[in-house]
Amino acid sequence: MQQIGRRTIVVTVNGERFERDVEPRLLLSDFLRHELRLTGTHVGCEHGVCGACTILVDDEAVRSCILLAVQVDGCEITTVEGLAGGAAAPQNLELHPIQAAFHETHGLQCGFCTPGLLTTLVPFLAENPDPDDTEIRQAISGNLCRCTGYQNIIAAVKLAAERMRA
Amino acid sequence: MSRPSEPAERASSLLGAAPRRNEDERLLTGTALFVDDVHLDGMLHAAFVRSDHAHGRLRGVDLSAARAHPGVVAAWVAEDLGDYWAPGPLLVPPPPIERLTFRSATQVPLARDKVRHVGEAIALIVARSRYEAEDAVALVEVDIEPLPPVARTEDSLAEGAGRIHEQFDSNLAAHVVQSKGDYERAASGATVRVGRRFRIDRGASAPIENRGIVASWDERAGELTVWDTTQAPIPIRNGLADMLGLPETHVRVIAPFIGGGFGPKIMMFYPEEVLLPWAAVRLGRPVKWIEDRQESFFATTQEREQIHDAEIAVDADGRIIGVSDSFLCDSGAYNPYGLTVPINSQCTLLGQYRVPNYESEFRLVYTNKPIVTPVRGAGRQHGVFVMERLLDLAAAELGIDPTEIRRRNFLTPDEFPHDHEILYQDFAPLVYDSGDYEPALDRALEMIDYEAFRATEQPALRAAGRQVGIGVVCYVEGTGIGPYEGARVSVRSDGRVSLVTGVGTQGQGHFTSFAQLAAGPLGLDAADVDVVTGDTAKFSWGTGTFASRGAVVAGNACHAAAIAVREKVLAVASDALEAAPDDLEVGGGAVHVRGVPERRITLAELAVRANPLRGAVKPGTEPGLEATAYFGPERGCTASGVHAMIVEVDPETAMLEILRYVVVHDCGTIINPTIVNGQIHGGVAHGIGNAFFEQLVFDEGAQLLNASFMDYLLPTATDVPFIETAHLCTPSPLNPLGIKGVGEAGAIPVAALFAQAIEDALGEQAPEVLEMPLSPDRLFALIRGNDAATRPARRTVP
Repeated sequence: MQQIGRRTIVVTVNGERFERDVEPRLLLSDFLRHELRLTGTHVGCEHGVCGACTILVDDEAVRSCILLAVQVDGCEITTVEGLAGGAAAPQNLELHPIQAAFHETHGLQCGFCTPGLLTTLVPFLAENPDPDDTEIRQAISGNLCRCTGYQNIIAAVKLAAERMRA
Repeated sequence: MSRPSEPAERASSLLGAAPRRNEDERLLTGTALFVDDVHLDGMLHAAFVRSDHAHGRLRGVDLSAARAHPGVVAAWVAEDLGDYWAPGPLLVPPPPIERLTFRSATQVPLARDKVRHVGEAIALIVARSRYEAEDAVALVEVDIEPLPPVARTEDSLAEGAGRIHEQFDSNLAAHVVQSKGDYERAASGATVRVGRRFRIDRGASAPIENRGIVASWDERAGELTVWDTTQAPIPIRNGLADMLGLPETHVRVIAPFIGGGFGPKIMMFYPEEVLLPWAAVRLGRPVKWIEDRQESFFATTQEREQIHDAEIAVDADGRIIGVSDSFLCDSGAYNPYGLTVPINSQCTLLGQYRVPNYESEFRLVYTNKPIVTPVRGAGRQHGVFVMERLLDLAAAELGIDPTEIRRRNFLTPDEFPHDHEILYQDFAPLVYDSGDYEPALDRALEMIDYEAFRATEQPALRAAGRQVGIGVVCYVEGTGIGPYEGARVSVRSDGRVSLVTGVGTQGQGHFTSFAQLAAGPLGLDAADVDVVTGDTAKFSWGTGTFASRGAVVAGNACHAAAIAVREKVLAVASDALEAAPDDLEVGGGAVHVRGVPERRITLAELAVRANPLRGAVKPGTEPGLEATAYFGPERGCTASGVHAMIVEVDPETAMLEILRYVVVHDCGTIINPTIVNGQIHGGVAHGIGNAFFEQLVFDEGAQLLNASFMDYLLPTATDVPFIETAHLCTPSPLNPLGIKGVGEAGAIPVAALFAQAIEDALGEQAPEVLEMPLSPDRLFALIRGNDAATRPARRTVP
């Protein structure tokens, strides 16, 4: 069997620059989780449906399980680890307003789908700072949650939106 | 001694409070540890070769190409396991019911002579990376001689059906009859006897986190450490120690944060749970296996598939004379869980009602489909669906309102404890401890404005051409069964409290609700308590998180341990402050003499005093401010509830819109109302999936046709309505805190509710809804009276 070639990629993740040699077939989700050990991004289906692996690539929410690591060469990535305190100071534990709202409204139970919801919501609220319930439900309809029935997630989004508008 | 009422008062100060969850920060910042997050030096990765056939003779497996593949470290089939190969344990033996047939066949680590369902594990490959392991899986040649598969439950016992377990003369796994009174005789005098065939099909539990295991063997210490997505770390530890010939002290099983459980994560033992530790010991290196989503559709257990032929007999007033039910329950290819699911169905059918005569018979059957074990609700749905549908049919025959027939048959508060005279899944008699059903119904009717809907809204909507209906159903949930759980509470020298319990946690908020129970008696806040769950090195005794029992059984143990620590705190403080314990008050992280707040000593100082480094202690003194307590109820306690819904059916697309959804629930004493509501919301969402979206569709070859989230639809945020909740409280007399479980309640009555509300929406030309789950296309066919049109492709094998 032939040795599979490797490519060098350079990515910035949560403000930190990484240069790595990777197999072309390496999934971005596996790259983040197992090469960079940023395990906050979760993998639930590996076919782009459940949304648990959602991350921000150049500020857009994308599914890292259906992208290859080589596809994000040169990109800026934000994962859930980069939300608290902002990307510039990830060690600062002050929660992002969306994280804080999830905490206050009991918007998570097992917490497995939560990182993907948070990263989905960051660009959504940037684009739509005052969403109604229907818009929120549509925005997160690509994120499966088996625990919460979504109700308290929707409450969290409304609370976060209100605070971020203020 | 302190006054006996005091600890209860202290506890109650936090019962019903809703502090924010202690576990959230780690989960929100991506720093919580899930099994797939475990990384160890030198760790290898496993992948499984699985059967493509539902039923067949395994003639050979060629691993040579796989073994030669770069990066592959080992490849094994069943024969390579030697004496380690053994069928799994029978987790739950049958209860002592007379006239019972039970034929046990449990799952095996790797298929040896036969494969019995698609996805059954045949070989294990271990490689440097998961990618290389999967490459090698594709290189394995498996030679299977296909045998006729048994795909449909109702074909399992047919003459000529393929024999799944050849040691038995048929595919019958169990036959059980439980009865009370004499149904036939009593029913002969009934005003109405009405019966139907009811069918409920399979669904997946589908936690968003798939299963996973990491096993690590320390040769020099002789210690095995296993991270496992299990709901029952302690029984897994005990079983692994036994299988591997290790002392229990040298096996540590950790269930860290688990991404949802819902039942199937407490199957014992999954093949992967048996094999990964063995491989780690054998290779002397850590090995990880993480299930992928497609594997989970075959290799993780499933539930729900039953067919009931049931009849109800009522008198002219609609009072129940009796119920007769005969049902088939599909066990899949093996039966590790005994009779748990069908007995739950059998018992839960009786619901909130007085049923003087009951004849219930079931046959549990083997088929060539994935294994059935409990999934949230665990068979209770089926009983509720059958009984609630029968009541609807009887009410229609008599021309009385469906809510009225329920009201007339409720057990009344003076009838508790109520003995149903049959055995429950916990081997104890089915005795309801407490309940008060009519106020819950009244509350639900008031919240959904039943009378106004019937009198004015519905006629107006009908006149406008809209098909909007209402449903109201009632249910019970047997919860909080034994045998026991334990907890250890310690006041640390920093003044904070550690609480350790053996149950695992999968999102239920244990880090907070258990903290409340420990904090109350010690005068602290929930945030002052650090909770550890699911690590056998930290707590060695217990069973697990299942059957809506965590809050009831572990919760009472946590509280009891905290009360015992409070006694120690008072004893040490009494010494330090030279005051009688009766004169002391605990609060704010300190103890002070009542009325003299400056005569105080902090819990931190007391913890140090209780653990001296020098000097003598009184004989019989235990060190530290620490206590361990256990709680085991004599039997389960019965929670109850009412769900009501207003739904609109689009007769052209058969799509539904849920306009209102109301839950009135009684789980006794509530520890944390926010967490309880969250459990209800999630349960309802799961129930909605089981009622309208989620169906595992098998073809005639027992091949699963929709093994992905593209094709198997979980409810999304646009499918689940806003759920209005209210709680009544009938405390359980079976535990000191009066708690009843709530974990499964939300999911249990939803199918019955959908059936009733959809029929009501469709009005006089409504088809009878006798099956679940529905779907838009299935409902469309029912509306058109074309029963066979869109039933999934399921033909009898010729």
